[in-house]
Amino acid sequence: MAKQILQCTVNGEPVEVLVQPYVTLLDALREDLGLTGPKEGCGTGDCGACTVHVDGKVVASCLMLAMQVRGRKVRTIEGLAAPDTTLHPLQEAFVRHGVPQCGFCIPGVLMAAAALLEENPRPSEEEIRYGIAGNLCRCTGYTKMVAAISEAAGTLASQGSAR
Amino acid sequence: MRRFDLALPNSVEDCLKILAERGAQAKLLAGGTDLLPQMKDGVLKPALVVDLSGVARVRQVHNGDGLRIGAAVTARELEVNPAVRGAYRAIAESAALVGSLQVRNLATVGGNLCNAAPSADMAPPLVALEAQAVIAGPGGERRVPMADFFTGVRQTVLAPNELLVELVVPPPGAGSGGQYLRHTPRRELDIAVVGVAAQLTMADGRCTKARLALASVAPTPVRAIAAERSLEGQPVTPEAIERAATLAIEAARPISDQRGSVEFRKHLVRVLTRRTLTTALARASA
Repeated sequence: MAKQILQCTVNGEPVEVLVQPYVTLLDALREDLGLTGPKEGCGTGDCGACTVHVDGKVVASCLMLAMQVRGRKVRTIEGLAAPDTTLHPLQEAFVRHGVPQCGFCIPGVLMAAAALLEENPRPSEEEIRYGIAGNLCRCTGYTKMVAAISEAAGTLASQGSAR
Repeated sequence: MRRFDLALPNSVEDCLKILAERGAQAKLLAGGTDLLPQMKDGVLKPALVVDLSGVARVRQVHNGDGLRIGAAVTARELEVNPAVRGAYRAIAESAALVGSLQVRNLATVGGNLCNAAPSADMAPPLVALEAQAVIAGPGGERRVPMADFFTGVRQTVLAPNELLVELVVPPPGAGSGGQYLRHTPRRELDIAVVGVAAQLTMADGRCTKARLALASVAPTPVRAIAAERSLEGQPVTPEAIERAATLAIEAARPISDQRGSVEFRKHLVRVLTRRTLTTALARASA
């Protein structure tokens, strides 16, 4: 059970790290790479708190082994803001709407919302609700999430048309 | 999780070599959405995990004369694949019902089948579309009809030194339509109380082939053969659909559990058979 070398890209940076074969992607991100944005809620893929992107798709990082992302691109909440720390329009909107209550689910919700808007820039309310259906908020703060995501979609669309 | 060795094969051949040596103590890892929770719970304690993410052959969908679906193709890929959403729509519908998006981007069709839960959503459409499982082993490849793949709760025909490589689905042909529906207490992220897949092929106003497969009403997915036979050779009238829906109950041997009683499950078989046959007929005629 020797450690294995994991090579992948995390938030745009090439990463090479030694990991145990039985370590999940979530644990490798948190423990080995210090990226504590993704959270472990249930550990069984039900709550969405550990949501990250792998090759642009949302996944439950608690259900992947770290070695499964070898050669792939991983993006966590730490990689959502621009490198100069300018917040992503989704993050701006979440701040403006006061979405976070306890905050535990928010990194996962933001990553689910970011993937949704990349695939569907102008989602309906129904599509937004479906897009974050895999993310549980035990503070039940869904209404403000939907409003913030809808507003961010508008911001992104107007930025896109301004270019 | 308990510690284990992790093998990272790059081909079906490499994978079979590993299984030949350590198959009895190994688990194959496709999407991991069933395997990892069971390992975290200590229900499964493999000494070796064999990751299939590097095996290209099991990750591809080919649409030609029929559909070939790699065993490690994700539920999400099947949900959005245009060819699957076309002639094989019941498969896409079943894939869209698996877990959340975060789970569907990982969960695979082969994992859903090999895990062999009686409630597996992707099994009934594959049974109804008469798919065959292509299984690789030390003696080469063999094909098993989907209807014979399951042998019990969480049990399949796969030997420890074998690998499910792909599913071959014959083209349903012109005049064929199908649907998969399930009942769950809530709309998303739930497990089927009952699932029904129907596939009807029509010619000159009569049914030339009917296939009905049920989930969550027996230890394995089952075909409702008496109901199928009642439809074949006949015009599919509302009365014929009602008769088939009643006959489908005969194929169900459900248990009572926290998700539903025997009586409720039989009622659902009737309702969902009626609904899926009605939709299948409309799609066959479209």
